[in-house]
Amino acid sequence: MIEMQGVYKTYPNGVTALNGIDTRIDQGEFVYIVGPSGAGKSTFTKLIFREEKPSKGSILINDFDLSTMKQRQIPKLRRNVGVVYQDFRLLPRLTVYENVAFALEVIEEHPSNIRTRVMDVLDQVRLKNKARFIPDELSGGEQQRVSIARAIANRPRILIADEPTGNLDPETSWEIMHILEEINAEGTTILMATHNREIVNTVRRRVIAIEDGMIARDENRGDYGYEI
Amino acid sequence: MKFRTLGRHFKEGSKSVFRNGWMTVSAVGATTTTLLLVGVFLAVMLNLNEFATSVEDDVEVRVFIERTANEQQVDQLGTDLEAINNVASVEYSSKEEELEGLVDSLGDQGQAFELFEQTNPLNDVYIIDPSTPTAADSIAEASRNLDYVYDVDYGEEIVQRLFTFNEYARTIGLALIVGLVFTAIFLISNTVRITILARKKEIEIMKLVGATNAFIRWPFFIEGMLLGLLGSIIPIAALAGGYYYLYYYLRDSINFEFVQLLPFHPFVWQLSGLILAIGVFIGIWGSVMSVRKFLKV
Repeated sequence: MIEMQGVYKTYPNGVTALNGIDTRIDQGEFVYIVGPSGAGKSTFTKLIFREEKPSKGSILINDFDLSTMKQRQIPKLRRNVGVVYQDFRLLPRLTVYENVAFALEVIEEHPSNIRTRVMDVLDQVRLKNKARFIPDELSGGEQQRVSIARAIANRPRILIADEPTGNLDPETSWEIMHILEEINAEGTTILMATHNREIVNTVRRRVIAIEDGMIARDENRGDYGYEI
Repeated sequence: MKFRTLGRHFKEGSKSVFRNGWMTVSAVGATTTTLLLVGVFLAVMLNLNEFATSVEDDVEVRVFIERTANEQQVDQLGTDLEAINNVASVEYSSKEEELEGLVDSLGDQGQAFELFEQTNPLNDVYIIDPSTPTAADSIAEASRNLDYVYDVDYGEEIVQRLFTFNEYARTIGLALIVGLVFTAIFLISNTVRITILARKKEIEIMKLVGATNAFIRWPFFIEGMLLGLLGSIIPIAALAGGYYYLYYYLRDSINFEFVQLLPFHPFVWQLSGLILAIGVFIGIWGSVMSVRKFLKV
């Protein structure tokens, strides 16, 4: 569950990114975050995994109250929130397997669990046969699938995807979308910031449109709504 | 922390030591030079200190009594001396006892003085033991003003010079060492910084997936510690070897009769431990500096 009340965010350079956000997203929802570039989509997602702190307002993520949370509790929050970026952010010298395992190693997961879990998530994103490849040997879509596998390896309750299809061709974008839908079907909340009109208009889900730092529209089974 | 995790940190830390190549060499080199000087300085200072303390503890004020004084006057002087501040004890030694002591202390050559037994040229003496060594000066001063005192002696020159020398050596040595320690810390922190920059991406992902700050920092502390450890190997070996040579071989060829060197065991082990500790401290401090500055976690 994600709950924001009266959330404002002004960056130190004076730019106001969010201008009073009130919203509630329940566990298991699939939500598109749409809106023009620079409207505050990225800031909105960054607040959820505490990459940014709100200037004002309260944010609740599951049991975490982000306004009173101490610095050293941040890692705990982040183990509950998986993140996928447009540019994949894989470690180039590690294999696919190692990239996913890395995420579990650094949170001190038991080694015997790591092996089975990594193979499971690679199976889930259909990359089990490429476990020994390094990222450069994979296509963009495959790399994004690795980054999704890494994000869900720790079974987070929430998955944030910041323009996950931004660098991909339409066909590959659909692949990624199907995988995200599968993950959502298992009960994980998904927040997908996107500019992909085709996907939003075809797979109808809740749409939150952010404009000028405010929620301009919040519709269940909404559409993309912007003309290119 | 789990043992397994510690193992991982050690693996990562030592990997960086090798990966940083020449930066590692320069950081270790600076630490080596520093620790070598620190070691020599410590060995000299600790020996000097020991020597000074032993001389200091032996300090006694000898009050020579005027030959013309009669028994009553001598007794009076004894009482007066006991009344001086910081006097622990006053002991009377007749000129016969003094001569005997002199003859004994000179061994064979002393027998020549036995001739003086008939016409002893020495004075009767009061030997004062000060309650603290530093009081010797004021006690000597006070006794000089008493009646029937011929002369006062407490070896002031030797003690004073020793202390002055000791103090100078300490100040100069410390200044030198502080400078070198900072250079070494700086070089180690630079080396660790390179590792941090090289691992920027890894660190980002670690933060993203919820690794704790301690987990992220540990490999860098270990890298610094390893650099410090590597830097202390040569100094320890050189100092242990050097001191061994000095203690077991040179001791016979140089007259060390009154300069007692601290015994090889346990002194060298203590010194080695100290150097190791300083090396590790330099290493960890260097990495802490870089981690604080460049690792925003």
